Amino acid sequence: MEKNTQTEIFFGPNHPGVPGNYGIIYDFEGDTVTEAKPNAGHLHRGFEKLMEERIWIKNTALVPRICVEEPDINEMVYAMGYEAIGDLEVPKRADYIRSIILELARIQGHIFSIGGNAAGIGQYTVMQWGTLARDYILDLFEEITGGRIYHIYIRPGGVRQDIEDETFDHILEVMDDLEKNRLPDLDKALYENPNAQKRWKGKAVITEEEAVEMGATGPVLRANGKAHDLRKMMPYAAYDEVDFEVPTGENGDAWDRLKIMRKEMTQSIKIIRQLIANIPDGPVKLDLGNALKYKIPKGDAYVKIESKRGEYGYYMVSDGGLKPYRVHVRGASTPLGLYGVTEYLPGTRIADVPVWAKSLGICPPEFDR
Amino acid sequence: MSKDKKSIFSPGTAFKNLAKKPETVRYPAETKDAAKRYRGFHINDLEECIGCGTCQDICVNDAINMVELLDKPKEEGEKNQKPQIDYGRCCWCGLCVDACTTGSLEMSRDYSYQDIDPDSFIIQPDEENDINEVKAPLGYLRDDNSDLLDLERVDIEMLNPEERIDSFVEIVEGFSKKQAEKEASRCVECDICTDTCPANMNIPEYIRGIFDEDLEESLQQIYEDNPLPEVCGRVCTHKCEGVCSLTHRGEAVSIRWLKRYAVDNVDSADYKKILGTEKIEQNNKKIAIVGAGPAGLSAAHYLSVMGYQITVYEDKEKAGGMMRYGIPEYRLPYDALDKDINYIKSLGVEFIFNTRVGEDITLDELHEKYEAVFAATGLHNGRSTKVPGTEHNNVYQAIDLLADLARGEEVPTTENIVVIGGGNVAMDIARSMARIQKQRYGEVNITVTSLEDEDIMPADEEEIEEAREEGVEFEPGRGPKEIEVNEDGSISHVCTNCCVSVFDEEMNFNPTFDDNDIQNLECDMVIEAIGQGGDNSYIDDVVDIEYEGPRIKIDEYSQTSVDWLFVGGDIAQGPDVINAIATGHDAAIGIDKYLNNEK
Repeated sequence: MEKNTQTEIFFGPNHPGVPGNYGIIYDFEGDTVTEAKPNAGHLHRGFEKLMEERIWIKNTALVPRICVEEPDINEMVYAMGYEAIGDLEVPKRADYIRSIILELARIQGHIFSIGGNAAGIGQYTVMQWGTLARDYILDLFEEITGGRIYHIYIRPGGVRQDIEDETFDHILEVMDDLEKNRLPDLDKALYENPNAQKRWKGKAVITEEEAVEMGATGPVLRANGKAHDLRKMMPYAAYDEVDFEVPTGENGDAWDRLKIMRKEMTQSIKIIRQLIANIPDGPVKLDLGNALKYKIPKGDAYVKIESKRGEYGYYMVSDGGLKPYRVHVRGASTPLGLYGVTEYLPGTRIADVPVWAKSLGICPPEFDR
Repeated sequence: MSKDKKSIFSPGTAFKNLAKKPETVRYPAETKDAAKRYRGFHINDLEECIGCGTCQDICVNDAINMVELLDKPKEEGEKNQKPQIDYGRCCWCGLCVDACTTGSLEMSRDYSYQDIDPDSFIIQPDEENDINEVKAPLGYLRDDNSDLLDLERVDIEMLNPEERIDSFVEIVEGFSKKQAEKEASRCVECDICTDTCPANMNIPEYIRGIFDEDLEESLQQIYEDNPLPEVCGRVCTHKCEGVCSLTHRGEAVSIRWLKRYAVDNVDSADYKKILGTEKIEQNNKKIAIVGAGPAGLSAAHYLSVMGYQITVYEDKEKAGGMMRYGIPEYRLPYDALDKDINYIKSLGVEFIFNTRVGEDITLDELHEKYEAVFAATGLHNGRSTKVPGTEHNNVYQAIDLLADLARGEEVPTTENIVVIGGGNVAMDIARSMARIQKQRYGEVNITVTSLEDEDIMPADEEEIEEAREEGVEFEPGRGPKEIEVNEDGSISHVCTNCCVSVFDEEMNFNPTFDDNDIQNLECDMVIEAIGQGGDNSYIDDVVDIEYEGPRIKIDEYSQTSVDWLFVGGDIAQGPDVINAIATGHDAAIGIDKYLNNEK
């Protein structure tokens, strides 16, 4: 009798090893993946189509839901798209506030994601810490915007409300706490853990050529030594007025990506401190009139920003009406989650599948939209 | 973090937390207070809320539905509806708070609610299950930055007082395309204005047409209820603007000027094509209209569109009534008025001028010749204060002088004039005479005195303001006691006493005076502008008609107690052009129903 060596496994859509409601269907031989097929569609809410049915302002409450982990990037690119088509220049203070929000979002996203990566290799304590550290940043968001997860704060023309000086102090307190207590703990408990290093080093390698071919950016590309960061290359908001470094790796593996995430948090804290120290006075929004009648001329724009997972962009088309004619979302992890899985996951051992999926920062709502 | 530092004791880092106080909240023993700006459950002040529905319009998830309050009486400037919020749908974005026209809607810091009944998540706006039940402190509030409404109106271009004071050139220059579209964009389309407009015009709809750069649509919407938009776009009393939902926190949409913009920018040659009146099927029924004022013209328009053959009898030499003979040209240029009238004429309406019903032809004769009669002869006889001295040659009625001005006739003027009255007619004559004084004597010397103090003067606020800019002086809160005459027969002054109150406790006109406070207003000419009366003898002599107070009693279709006779305008229901237009429109519908035996 012939021995059956092939096994098909449904990994997700509900599984602690996959990020979000997304699955991968694997064929294994022994414990090595021979074929992987992405199984998306469980999250589909028709965002892009919905946007065409809603007036411009209403979409500001819809877009953050495209990415739960880092919602603010959606608010930002949506506003940037509107401003690009409408040829609007937002006030300087709004630019600074937007950058502060985006960096806070980057830190909370990274620390949450590092926790998730830790959980993927069984380090649940670190996951809890990551969640807790993130919660302190969510407190800040609650104070600034009135919402913890979905802030609906960055709007076409600027931001919804100004930040009070007292809140800036709170932001700095949380940054100090992160830098002095939470991040060193994370370093000790996770990054110095020989077990973690063993699980991540040399795993889930995506080379520069592969990344470029797929269109993967962010830590995936930077882990190969390429300092590709839109904040430096095409500065938006107030990034051309702050000093920071773009951390890179050498080997293109999960370990380098994890280290980049960690280093980026340090850079983000540095950026936030500079922004708060130098924030100019002035208005925080343009007067765009009655929001029920927002209208911009006919035109289109592709706008992009550096999310924590790489280039995140919207292609927006206006037909001059009260609603967007078309909004197309370019999620940073779309190439990895759909093509990368098929192409590069085979050959990975079953226990390393979560390392693969999580260290590459796959965010299913970005391609299920 | 040193480069790839390793330690087998690394996981032990966690142990230091054993001695630490937990950082998480121990629910339910402990709860977490929400931040000051937290977007929790809504609070809506039902007293303040006007039911405009803007929250419903901006709601991202259709979580807000306006529900009608059947048990509550409807009040002017409000819709009898309030928001119901479905927390199964709400995403707490707070756009409703940012777009609330009155500021009644706010958010609390309350974020916790449990129930097994899904329906209990739909919060009704009633006393028992009020969203005001939320006891938590206020959370997210709208501020100037988050405000989503446009509260400031676009300034309209106007001639400055120096430019306008010596001529009858129209003061208001109108909106440019850009200005009109910006102003039109301010409208939240709540429709409260429509309810208040006497003609119930489709105001949000025609404003939307301007915003959409579709003036043909605007014109169609306007002509649904008003065939004199050039007139109303200039001189309407714009009650609509008084109730505009934006007035609760800002300035009303300039509805009147927007209407003017729409009609000013459509060529009258295209009207028939746009309004679908190129070919009207005739029904060969003949209707007579007495009086070519706003009510008569309105009825003539709507009846002729229905296919009736209309003949309008007018005792003056031109059509327009008070619009031509009462309103000065600097407010309503004759070519604007003629644009409206010429379109009505072009529908086939026949005008017979210089023919006074009651003298040249009787109402009975009209009754015989026509199937129904609509009478709207207005109030053209100026009332006098009848104080001693009013019989003097240099005491005039404002309405007579205004008519002479309209005819291009020379009007008498002196260097120092007192106008008695506080309404718009008083303003019209004071400002007209100011122009003539400026032309003849190089300076303005006019005093307007009225019983009412300035805060209750019936004239429009902007009229008073503009009159003052043009040099007219005001002595409000005074009543004329006597017009005293010099030995040489010329007028010396108007002796006035202080008016203590205009109305009695039951709000009836019953002025009381203080004779200890006397003031003489020097002048050599007096113009009385305290109101007008009509002459209904042409009706009263022919038929026995029911009155309601001083006015002829009409029903909702302007029909009188005499079934073939319909009346409208000032003789039935004052006090302005738009009310006259409304009664004319009602009469047109009423006549059609009457002749088709539907009424």
